[in-house]
Amino acid sequence: MDYTVKIGGEAGQGLVTVGELLSKVFANAGYHVFTHQDYESRVRGGHNFYLVRVADEPISSALDEADIVVALDKASIELHGPELTEDGYLIYDSETLKQESKNARHIDIPFKKIATEDGGSPVMANTVATGAVLGMLGMDITHLLDLIKARFAKKGEEVVHSNVMAARTGYEFAKSNCPECRFMPASPKGPKTLVNGIECVALGAIASGVKSYTAYPMTPSTGVLNNLAARAEKYGIVVEQAEDEIAAINMAIGASFAGVRAMTGTSGGGFALMVEGLSLAGMTETPIVIAEVQRPGPATGLPTRTEQGDLLFVLHTGHGEFPRVVFAPGTPEEAFHLTNRAFDLAEKYQIPAFVVFDQYLADSKWTYDTFNTDGIVYTDYRLRGEAFAAQKDYKRYAYTDSGITPLAVPGDAPHLVTADSDEHSEVGHIIEDAETRLKMMDKRYFRKMESLKKEIRPPLKYGSDKPDIVLVGWGSTYGVNKEAVDSLNKDGERAALLHFTELYPFPESGDYMTLLEDAKLTVCIESNATGQFARHMAAETGYEFTKLITRFDGRPFSVKYILERLK
Amino acid sequence: MPGAEDYNIDDRPAWCPGCGNFAILKCVKDVLADLGMAPHEVLLVSGIGQAAKLPQYLRCNFFNGLHGRALPVATGARLVNHGLPVIVTTGDGDCYGEGGNHFLHAMRRNINLKVFVHDNQIYGLTKGQASPTSMEGMKTKVQTFGVLSEQLSPLTLAVAMDASFVARGFAGDHDFLKELMKEAINHNGFALLDILQPCVTFNKLNTFKWYRDRVYRIEPEYDPTDRVAAFKRSLEWGDKIPTGVIFKNNRSTLEERIPIIKDMPLVKQPFDPEKTLEEIKKELSP
Repeated sequence: MDYTVKIGGEAGQGLVTVGELLSKVFANAGYHVFTHQDYESRVRGGHNFYLVRVADEPISSALDEADIVVALDKASIELHGPELTEDGYLIYDSETLKQESKNARHIDIPFKKIATEDGGSPVMANTVATGAVLGMLGMDITHLLDLIKARFAKKGEEVVHSNVMAARTGYEFAKSNCPECRFMPASPKGPKTLVNGIECVALGAIASGVKSYTAYPMTPSTGVLNNLAARAEKYGIVVEQAEDEIAAINMAIGASFAGVRAMTGTSGGGFALMVEGLSLAGMTETPIVIAEVQRPGPATGLPTRTEQGDLLFVLHTGHGEFPRVVFAPGTPEEAFHLTNRAFDLAEKYQIPAFVVFDQYLADSKWTYDTFNTDGIVYTDYRLRGEAFAAQKDYKRYAYTDSGITPLAVPGDAPHLVTADSDEHSEVGHIIEDAETRLKMMDKRYFRKMESLKKEIRPPLKYGSDKPDIVLVGWGSTYGVNKEAVDSLNKDGERAALLHFTELYPFPESGDYMTLLEDAKLTVCIESNATGQFARHMAAETGYEFTKLITRFDGRPFSVKYILERLK
Repeated sequence: MPGAEDYNIDDRPAWCPGCGNFAILKCVKDVLADLGMAPHEVLLVSGIGQAAKLPQYLRCNFFNGLHGRALPVATGARLVNHGLPVIVTTGDGDCYGEGGNHFLHAMRRNINLKVFVHDNQIYGLTKGQASPTSMEGMKTKVQTFGVLSEQLSPLTLAVAMDASFVARGFAGDHDFLKELMKEAINHNGFALLDILQPCVTFNKLNTFKWYRDRVYRIEPEYDPTDRVAAFKRSLEWGDKIPTGVIFKNNRSTLEERIPIIKDMPLVKQPFDPEKTLEEIKKELSP
């Protein structure tokens, strides 16, 4: 079983509600789900869609074709009608859309009429549509009714009852009006966790002990802010909305200096404003974690869409030279674990650490039988309380073999804690002499980089052990690349995937290089115009891919898109 | 009790001889000693500029950050540890120019920071360009036709923002300046202390004599809680320039309004990684 339901409509029509309800119903019922949201930068109107793919095996990407289209606006008929599979159906309400379709695969279901007559109000039209989709699929309606009950319990018995009626009638109507429907639901295999990438970044931060999150809202990064704010009280996190991104990163630096784990998050344009602060974190050796959630640029670009166009920017930006570490998760699980890695290494080395992802991973929901939380680390590297007071002497920037000087909490002991954005002495005072400058660069940059490099893990290998074709990706392309490899191998090719999530310092050369060198075709796949990872890898290792597949129209890759370009 | 000498260090200030900053530095040391605040019991945060170098010249915890960005760093530090008093030492360019947006929002938040602005009405570190508080018409190497923009009145702006404590001092009136610094530190809330200070090298208009001929101490009968009167007084500039507390109110601070840190500073709150992970596992269960 592998079906795709696409709900299309204007912003504000409730298509997200339908999409989320369906995903939750499928996950609760015990199916695997993958969702993708496509929306415009507007609160009302325009055309958006919510894609829900449901299967009985794990899935990790969105497909181009749809088995069921729920058309809440006219544009959906025009745009998504042609995307139907051979056995697919489109459902719409001719009364609401004031349009009748002659296409036999387009089924007119009076969402609004049913909602008014059986539910008691036209606002339940979306509940009718949700019920109708389940009816067409021939799935059990119980999970939907349970969700409705839980959701509307607060609003009273009557509201619950009307919604249940609306869902049921929609369900029955679709069942009896789609006699040709050939959907065969597989037997479900136990409830699944349904979660998106951005929530997992927030949860990873909480598991890592984040205590301060300061940010300025910017799509698609706002989800980190929302998710942490919603949990601020429960986990004891101070979440402050800054006046701009410059303030956001400087607040994070101030918070970290004062003694807690601090994070900020933004998208490309906001990160451009943070760059000076990034360099400040580098110079003052103040640990911070930055979530950079990419969207297509330049400038305002396509604010609600996806791209991997900021990689080289994140890697190289910031005036002067200082160490940093850059992670790029490809799944919600990786988002959780790599955010933890970012915190751990930021604190251990007193450097800025990045979690770089994009709108696609941020908003896409995945399902898990068991979400793996093993391997989360927490070490408090700070010098605080009595341990700090027990020090005979303390110099904030004392030279050490590792380059790492313990970072103490100001106010915890009579020793003084200092930080300076000017080049400084061991006690943090401004200096101008060449000798101190060189010693500080050695401590701050060279010594730290030496051991930081050893922390970095190699890319994940998937597929054939002796591949002819190696697909290479980083970050959010993991799911689609993996399915592309599966498809190639199913067709008798020998294909493998190298999925990079630890991008800087670059993983030391090892098995993965042999795999690339022995393959006939090596393809770097990136959501940007110029192949930024390919250039990064060439700069770090000298390796050049035989082929580059890019996409930069703001839309995510699909397996079809990749396979067509491999031919 | 610490004495003023406990704040002394060997570093010699890189200020010009005769600079008003020397007097301000001495006043800061005296005030900290008088208030019984040991060097490690206070955090000084600064940006960039001649004023921002002040934390270099006394023993204290300090964070000397970027031009214009002292307030957000100080805000972050206060939200984490409101048990540690934070003084921001900044200048007219740093605070009112580069950091203008942060200045507005720090006042809105009423974060409990003590902001000492060394206001010499000129850019000293970059050698003599106009600052937001430079007077109209003043010629510089850049403002060759004279300053064309209107002079910013930081005190009027602060009163308009309902800032919790608004005062002006003069670097040439040490006793009064110290009194104002103490009052600012003891005030519960955001405190702006704009300190008029001659720049002996670059500002040939607003000299020590120019200030001394004009500044006066606000009369004791003045009621600083009267916002309308404060507006009026804050606009006074020219032949007579008022010094003293122009305005104050009793707004609650941001630190007091965040329930999470009401009982204990964030930095003192323990983190239990295992318990937290258990909670997260629950959130991530089907």
